[in-house]
Amino acid sequence: MQMNRRQFFKICSAGLGGSSIAAMGFSPTAALAEVRAFKLARATETRNICPYCSVSCGVLIYSTGDKAKNSQGTIIHIEGDPDNPVNRGTLCPKGAGLRDMVQSANRLKWPEVREAGSSEWKRISWDDAIERIAKHMKADRDANFMTKNAAGVTVNRWPTFGFLASSAASNEAGYLTVKTLRALGVTQLDTQARI
Amino acid sequence: MALQSLDIRQRSATTTAAPQARHTIEVAKLIDVSACIGCKACQVACMEWNDVRDEVGHCVGVYDNPADLTENSWTVMRYAEVEQDGKLEWLIRKDGCMHCTDPGCLKACPSPGAIIQYANGIVDFHQENCIGCGYCITGCPFNVPRISKKDGKAYKCTLCSDRVAVNQAPACAKACPTGAIHFGSKEDMKDYAEKRIADLKERGYDKAGLYDPPGVGGTHVMYVLHHADRPDLYSGLPVNPSISPLVALWKGAAKPLATLALAGVALGSLFHYVMKGPNEVSKEIEEEVEKEAETEDTK
Amino acid sequence: MTNHWVDIKNADVVFVMGGNPAEAHPCGFKWVIEAKKTRKAKLVVVDPRFNRTAAVADFYAPVRAGSDIAFFGGVINYLLANDKIHHDYVKAYTNASFLVDEGFRFEDGLFSGYDEAKRSYAKDTWKYQLDENGFARVDETLQSPNCVFQLMKKHYSRYTPETVEKICGTPKDAFLKVCEYIASTAAPDRTMSYLYALGLTEHSVGSQNIRCMAIVQLLLGNMGMAGGGINALRGHANVQGITDMCLYAQVLPGYLSAPTDADPDLATYLGKRTPKALRPGQMNFPQNFPKWFVSLCKSWYGNAATKDNDFAYDWLPKLGGASDVLSIFHAMYEGKINGFACQGFNPLASVPNKKKVGDALAKLKYLVVIDPLATDTSEFWKPHGEFNEVDPAQIATEVFRLPANLFAEHAGTFTNSGRVVQWRWKAVEGPGESRDDTDILAALFLRLKEMYAKEGGALPEPIMNLTWAYTQPARPSPEELLREINGKALADVTDPKDPTRVLVKAGDQMPAFALLRDDGSTSCGNWIYCGSWSPAGNNTARRDNSDPSGLGQTLNWGFAWPANRRILYNRASCDPSGKPWDAKRSVLRWTGAAWSGNDVPDMRPDAAPEQNVMPFIMNPEGVGRLFSRELMAEGPLPEHYEPFESPLDRNPLHPDNPKARANPAARVYKGDMEAFGTAKDFPYVATTYRLVEHFHYWTKQSQINAIMQPEQFVEIGEELAAEKGIKAGDRVKVRSNRGYIKAVAVVTKRIKALDVDGKKVHTVGIPIHYGFKGATKPGFITNTLTPFVGDANVQTPEFKAFLVNVEKI
Repeated sequence: MQMNRRQFFKICSAGLGGSSIAAMGFSPTAALAEVRAFKLARATETRNICPYCSVSCGVLIYSTGDKAKNSQGTIIHIEGDPDNPVNRGTLCPKGAGLRDMVQSANRLKWPEVREAGSSEWKRISWDDAIERIAKHMKADRDANFMTKNAAGVTVNRWPTFGFLASSAASNEAGYLTVKTLRALGVTQLDTQARI
Repeated sequence: MALQSLDIRQRSATTTAAPQARHTIEVAKLIDVSACIGCKACQVACMEWNDVRDEVGHCVGVYDNPADLTENSWTVMRYAEVEQDGKLEWLIRKDGCMHCTDPGCLKACPSPGAIIQYANGIVDFHQENCIGCGYCITGCPFNVPRISKKDGKAYKCTLCSDRVAVNQAPACAKACPTGAIHFGSKEDMKDYAEKRIADLKERGYDKAGLYDPPGVGGTHVMYVLHHADRPDLYSGLPVNPSISPLVALWKGAAKPLATLALAGVALGSLFHYVMKGPNEVSKEIEEEVEKEAETEDTK
Repeated sequence: MTNHWVDIKNADVVFVMGGNPAEAHPCGFKWVIEAKKTRKAKLVVVDPRFNRTAAVADFYAPVRAGSDIAFFGGVINYLLANDKIHHDYVKAYTNASFLVDEGFRFEDGLFSGYDEAKRSYAKDTWKYQLDENGFARVDETLQSPNCVFQLMKKHYSRYTPETVEKICGTPKDAFLKVCEYIASTAAPDRTMSYLYALGLTEHSVGSQNIRCMAIVQLLLGNMGMAGGGINALRGHANVQGITDMCLYAQVLPGYLSAPTDADPDLATYLGKRTPKALRPGQMNFPQNFPKWFVSLCKSWYGNAATKDNDFAYDWLPKLGGASDVLSIFHAMYEGKINGFACQGFNPLASVPNKKKVGDALAKLKYLVVIDPLATDTSEFWKPHGEFNEVDPAQIATEVFRLPANLFAEHAGTFTNSGRVVQWRWKAVEGPGESRDDTDILAALFLRLKEMYAKEGGALPEPIMNLTWAYTQPARPSPEELLREINGKALADVTDPKDPTRVLVKAGDQMPAFALLRDDGSTSCGNWIYCGSWSPAGNNTARRDNSDPSGLGQTLNWGFAWPANRRILYNRASCDPSGKPWDAKRSVLRWTGAAWSGNDVPDMRPDAAPEQNVMPFIMNPEGVGRLFSRELMAEGPLPEHYEPFESPLDRNPLHPDNPKARANPAARVYKGDMEAFGTAKDFPYVATTYRLVEHFHYWTKQSQINAIMQPEQFVEIGEELAAEKGIKAGDRVKVRSNRGYIKAVAVVTKRIKALDVDGKKVHTVGIPIHYGFKGATKPGFITNTLTPFVGDANVQTPEFKAFLVNVEKI
């Protein structure tokens, strides 16, 4: 080992000086042993399922507050549910990062419309959005609904409207979606099962 | 939390002995490289639990991202494509603090209580006491601590000391999908490693073994390697790590000299810190020490 | 999955081809590692890339993307030629002994009945010989040249190890080693779990790829066994459930084939869908089709569905032709669709040929995007530099973007790949004004209903009569909906043998689908989910994870469809006499009076073995199909065809028949055929895939995942990189005949050049995941490159094998 005198002195003064500080009674002992407080203490725990892949891992969602009337919970942490027989508490890099998905900067917060030819989004109310979409749908359905085919067979379909359904929606949402779409006569229907 | 102070083994730059009365279980994390798929769940779980976020970087032509440990990335996966005798292996290693029994960072640290070793084996940084001198990096045989550009303090894996304190496994160990990371008492981890090594030997890995390097008194993060004879294959895991002799020298021979003779300097340095912020280590010394550390590694 | 995630731990060999579970399903993959650790199982991986799964495999072999059938055909040939099959199983539980029509032929790469102009087959010779009772004739000796066993043996005798090497580029010795691992599970007490995903399905021959492995697993006797099975590792957390609910045109909830123009009335419709048994004494379970269908109609139309109006049969729209994501976008491209909605779906990124998809969306009058996030699709009209070059002024589509809640913000169930339905609880409110999917649907539907009530319009009846008995009509709760899906008795359901005995009281939840009726006295929104909310309550919320058998069955955790059964076809885990093939992994056995064991029997509980009721109860044959009759588009036995874009200009198996080069029965639209490239201009095989750090085009919106894999890259082997002067970290341009992307090059030892039919073939690996919206670095959409063609049976696009060129920028 090579070390010249100057370097040795620098190390001693900058480094070992510290040892001496403690020896002289400046040691902040009260703070020495504290680990970071366990951040989940008193957080609200909710059981859910990771929405990404089809392993459907059980997750525990930790949120602030205790669901009191004036306390709106925010997710502070998500980790694996150890009871779930499939993932047994583990999560992959997607599941372990779920909090950043829920709190993504690109979450949509209100209905918007982009008018024909426009270059921007415009915020609208739910009522306006539903009203405008329903009007489009009804006009289109009434104009293009096919009750019989060329051979005279009753077919009752609406061929000019298409719908792609989410594979991340719940079974209940999926069921309600298919029920309403079939009632409207929609056959241009697919889901993200194949791609 | 205050009672935890009794469970300290040693703290940096402190001459008063730590209380030794109680005996707690020594913990360890075992990383079974043969079961690791390099999924980075550990990286994500670490960031999420510890409320740190690195920058969204770039792809630099490899799978490694972030490309290196940083003050916000306390663990990273390192990917090595190794071809020997026509057989390709993708050796993926989770890199991060090894929580040495004889921690070079703690030995090198000049600031009282900035680095603490708990009786359970965890080596933890207390940023409140860190003066940002970077000596911990010099002292670390694994090149792990990183200084934050934001607050000038050193950061590294805490082995989730906050979770372990309430008897929970570290976030990375809990998340690991394939069980490549196990957590428990050091003794149990060594027993478990033995089983894994026996399995690997049966599968033709004659040199499978445990990485628990004696040069640093053993570690509280250990690896099961299929090629224990060649740790260097795993993105340069040191073959025989030990604390830089430079650190050993001043902590050994130089220490009494410093304490007795340099009280004035010490006081000066405290005022320097209080009034001007963290010390900066001269580039010269840093280079010297790094060179020293490198020569040690290759021995 | 015929089995389930935890069951993988019971395997002796885990074979992965066409999937990369370590990358795409890490938490499920733990059970592969568990099998290795606890059973000394061997993991065998075959893939164009040495991937993350291969990193922990016992053996890896390369294969050219798009040549899987040649590989599987070689495996089938190996098993038959070396007599490595489970004889008793094959003889009893498969159609090996069934005699096939004398007119059935396979010549020069085509089966009998091909019509080139229609690109389809007349399938009248792809059938069994039937006796006077309508039962299939069999030859128990398996010697007749027309029995399935001999036809299959002859068909695959061409797939020699040398042929496999020539077509797949897999070195012969590596191929044979894989065969040895697979063949080791022909022993009755050894099983192989077969895992696959989109690597098998996203080909123009995707369905036949899977058929191959079904044949292999039947020959080995691995179906129905713990640690066996054909295990499709599916995509999204609830893709299984959404498929079960049948959010696609061809089927109604519970996989009930939807009415078409050829089914003018209920009787015709039901007649065609209610099969007769093809062998005596078989359960032929689909004979219950009318009960499932009528119960669905009652669920949707309640009292308005009566026997007199064919249970409102006419209110169901009839399928007029193709209806899948490719045909929908093609119709849109041709201007035949006015309105379109996508719910949690980002088609601009997910559908092949981004340019065509973008042009199609621009022809819409209105687009509705229901999503928690700002997707690329919602901004298809917005310029994003080179990544999306459009002129908003030229796009007249009105676009609505409606904020939906994420998983953490609503309750309900997801169904995992192993068919286990699990309840979720709501944790927090969504941001801003976001709403549950169900509330959005309800708001739209109720507004339309109001309009039709007031103004009338085209066929208002189904809208006005759709059952909507939700406590808060604008907010149907997940509890109410799951109860409706399960179904209830509308009148007392009585025992057919003793009508005085009431099995289910009117108004009660149905306990099981076996009690559904076709007379309108029961309702059920999805028969396979019957039992999920039984009189015992919400079974999907059950959280008892005890596992007395140690096999990981956890029968009291959640609810598995059908009937809480965890391993499908589990009767096949026993020999014909009812004794388990492997007592150590016993799923089921015949006790002398009934079937019982560690699972819900996939068999009539009192069907004594001597009654010869065979295990594959959903098939009218009662047995597993090595030969798939007329059920597949391109043939009853899988045959290798080249991908539509291939480095080979001929099929090495049929070099002189250009009709048999690519799948002869695949649908190709005009314009798309012309958009295929050739090896002259695009010499490299490209394959797209997922990375472990990301999920589809979703996690690019999540900061932490963006940190883990921030930027689009492509993977290139060292040899090709050297040829092209590309170094790791360089930027490259990848072109197909449909467009280009730019990305960072990852140069790797893990993709090797293959020697195929005398040519050196390089593979370029292209991850998906990136786009112009998100926390990741803005990038190109990978599907700019991919061809607009799908599998001949289900139209899954050919994302896994096409042609590109690469150059350094």
